[in-house]
Amino acid sequence: MNEELKAIWRSLFDWVMGNGPRPENEVIPPEPPPDLPFTLKPKDKYSRFHEATLKERYSQWVEIHGLHIFSIVYSGLSVLTCVVVVSLLLATVAELPPFGDEKNPANNEVIRRYVEHGGHETGAQNIVAGLILDYRAFDTFGESAVLFTAAVSVLMILGASRRNKQDNELSPNVNEDGKNFLQRGPPIKTFRKDDAILRGVATLSIPVILMMGCVVVINGHLSPGGGFSGGAILSTALILAANAYGFERVHDFFNERTFIVSSSTALMIYALSKGYSFFTGANHLHSIIPKGTIGNILSGGLILPLNICVGLIVAGTLYGFYALFSEGDM
Amino acid sequence: MINMFAYNIPFVSIFMLMIAAIITPLLPKRNRLPEKLSCYVIGIIAILSAYLLYVLTSSGQSLSFNFPMGHFPAPWGNELRAGPLEAVLALVFCIAMLLSLTGNFSSTAEDIAPNRRQIFCVLVNLLTASLLALTYTNDLFTAYVFIEINTIAACAIVAVKEGPETVRAALRYLVMSLVGSGLVMIAICLLYDLTGHLLMQNMHGAIQVLVTTKSYMMPLTVSLALITAGLAIKSALYPFASWLPDAHGSSTNASSAILSGLVLKGHIFTIIKIFYRVFGLEVIHLLRMDTVIFILGLLAMIMGSVHALKQTNVKRMIAWSSVAQVGYIFLGVGLNTTAGVAAACLHIIVHACIKPMLFTAAGGLSNAAGHKKGLHALMGTFYVNRWAGMGLIVGAFSMMGIPGFAGFASKLSLMMASFDHSVVVWSLAALAISSVLNALYYVPAVIVVLTHNKDAQKNFTAPAPTRSYKISMFIFLALNFYLGLFCMPLLRLITRGVNVL
Amino acid sequence: MLEKLLLNHYEAAAVILSGIGLTNLLLQRNLIKKIIGLNIMDTAVYLFLAAKGYVAGRAAPILLENGSGGWVTSSSVYVNPVPAGLVLTGIVVSVSVTAFALALTLKLYESYGTLNIDEALLRMTEQQEELEAKVDEAEEGILS
Repeated sequence: MNEELKAIWRSLFDWVMGNGPRPENEVIPPEPPPDLPFTLKPKDKYSRFHEATLKERYSQWVEIHGLHIFSIVYSGLSVLTCVVVVSLLLATVAELPPFGDEKNPANNEVIRRYVEHGGHETGAQNIVAGLILDYRAFDTFGESAVLFTAAVSVLMILGASRRNKQDNELSPNVNEDGKNFLQRGPPIKTFRKDDAILRGVATLSIPVILMMGCVVVINGHLSPGGGFSGGAILSTALILAANAYGFERVHDFFNERTFIVSSSTALMIYALSKGYSFFTGANHLHSIIPKGTIGNILSGGLILPLNICVGLIVAGTLYGFYALFSEGDM
Repeated sequence: MINMFAYNIPFVSIFMLMIAAIITPLLPKRNRLPEKLSCYVIGIIAILSAYLLYVLTSSGQSLSFNFPMGHFPAPWGNELRAGPLEAVLALVFCIAMLLSLTGNFSSTAEDIAPNRRQIFCVLVNLLTASLLALTYTNDLFTAYVFIEINTIAACAIVAVKEGPETVRAALRYLVMSLVGSGLVMIAICLLYDLTGHLLMQNMHGAIQVLVTTKSYMMPLTVSLALITAGLAIKSALYPFASWLPDAHGSSTNASSAILSGLVLKGHIFTIIKIFYRVFGLEVIHLLRMDTVIFILGLLAMIMGSVHALKQTNVKRMIAWSSVAQVGYIFLGVGLNTTAGVAAACLHIIVHACIKPMLFTAAGGLSNAAGHKKGLHALMGTFYVNRWAGMGLIVGAFSMMGIPGFAGFASKLSLMMASFDHSVVVWSLAALAISSVLNALYYVPAVIVVLTHNKDAQKNFTAPAPTRSYKISMFIFLALNFYLGLFCMPLLRLITRGVNVL
Repeated sequence: MLEKLLLNHYEAAAVILSGIGLTNLLLQRNLIKKIIGLNIMDTAVYLFLAAKGYVAGRAAPILLENGSGGWVTSSSVYVNPVPAGLVLTGIVVSVSVTAFALALTLKLYESYGTLNIDEALLRMTEQQEELEAKVDEAEEGILS
């Protein structure tokens, strides 16, 4: 009994360590000549039967299945995280003030003043425009600065250096073994050809889009819209023009230099005029900016010029993003 | 009272930096004009902040004032707020930023392509403006907008040095930062819905009412947790700090110094402001957020140092040490007492002075060793660039907490602050372990740098340190000894500032 | 709780979306999908804000004429204008951040040929090892 147990244990141990019994059909490799240099001596496992050890088997298994299992566990964990976050937030939402109720804490004296006095205090018919460009103008200035920061950063990352790299692609950086030194992905290409339909439609629609954009920008203090939405509309006209007539044509009147100059100048006007308004407001000085009559096109104090500045910045920046991403150039 | 000139300083400093950032792309690239403009503007703002600090504290009592941005007072318009604490932080941020720039002039010129240098200056100006805005703002949504400017600019100054490594680091940093700002945005929306305000003091009033009537406690807790988690990710509190060593280790020296010394601190100070001015310490204690912050701070102190022990790259080592130092600051915040927060603010200041010095010194030394960043490659570099060597040695001693150096002052004040708190054993133990661990990785670095290495020294062909490097390093060293030897007036000043926060 | 969720169903949908977006942003390994997650999360926040601004039965916050040449300025006529302002700011921030993230992603793809940050790390270490091996070979060549 004891002997049998020992035998079983030994065979188990051998299996774990890889010293299993020799199968009938095993081919024993020929013994190497004894005078071989030390380094060329064949490894032990060729001289006698070798079964993989547990460790080797484990690492093999990991090599084959590990990534798969890991991704299953990973996605399982992701779903779990998502469920936890969502249920926590849902429990929160259930306790929030009810939807659409006028007694909610958010409908307080702040809102009352915005609505009741917003008209004559800012001169804007559109209360939201008065709110973002007069009451809380510092936030909006920061927001334009975010756009400016992003434009400058994208220009830095995708600008000049990328152009040089595309020139170099004709003679790729290949090392001795013929492999690309940097494993670059396939180049990103844009296919463009002259398209009569696109050109025709663009010729018809670009003036309309431009006009629409200008209307939205200029009426920002009277109706929904304003600098950001109007600027986005204007930029679509530029993008359409670039696609229909080619980037070179747009490049003639709107290139990197024009973009930087126009954005910086517009933002500078914004900063200086708003700075004046902040300064006079905080020091209780009289501001020379007239408010105008509500509902007129020339009303709302600084809101109209600020909307035009913002529109210029947004139009330039969004077109700039498009051009930089598709061409690596402006 | 406060004169009109001092009254306008917070607004003027933010707008000067913004205008400098906007005008920089239009400047000609000759004569390094953009760099000079940034340095002059930041220097002027440092002087203005020092004057503001003098005005606010000279009369014996601590003054503070609100500055409405526009014609509309508190609950309707945006506001800035300045008190002694804000003024002293603005002063320190400007000085550290200026010295990080001037100290690394030559390495910046080497690392960054000429056509990118102008944009680098734009980003530095925007980053400083956003830091000052975060320091001075009295409005939670303004804070969010400037956090976003800060995020984009910070990631962009990581990527400003060309190379695939920095792009990868910047992307990791950006993704983590975006998770953080998403959480902050959700929390601000929840808070707006609960209180109906966006200005800090009005929110504070509304939250006090909610807490006394015990209504909406669950949404309040969740929004506090979300906003703290979001800002903790951005300020690299330990479990969320995996992005930091990549970003700080791979970028150019000036960027590493700015990111480690200043950008993290801006977010931490925002947390302090939210704790004090939006929720109030009692509510924080009631909602148990102080305990969470305290435990995470302890964890960060130990784990940051443990990770730093494993590094062989000197910049990555210093970056991981930042994680540990952020842990010290959160330990102070987690004590949830005036003394604790004052000690945390002192540590913010100390770390904002030392970490840029360490990065500048490490940059000088690895430049002397022929741009090698491995720790073993720095052997004997002290004798090539003595200013950088001095910087590394003094910075290392300061981080270890040797008496007389700046780090000792802040560690001592953290210890004193934890004495009248029930968790004193934990914080003392963590301080002791963390100091020993700090010594375990900084002492070998000092020894390596000081060891003579005749063979290698012949091969070192680095140019002698420039004049701007020497001057910056001298000011860094002077600041360090000033903070180490005469920190008590500063600590009293900070405590007064915290009291009126 | 369910009744309240049904009452706040816009907000409930918004937080479900934002949870999905947050999880994608955190845990997707493809960068483009991460950025899509970011945008889902931001959009969810706008939905949340829009729902929070709504007051039943009120008009958009643009002053209406009252028929006698004046303007209706009673605060019980218009919905809350603040969330609209916050959404506008949020949209611009989201556009900027997305553009910046996509630019970095494009650059990463050009350098490593992959959209996965972890895979990029692997390739970077491989390249570094290759480089170091080359440098060592070159040094040995010089020495011998």
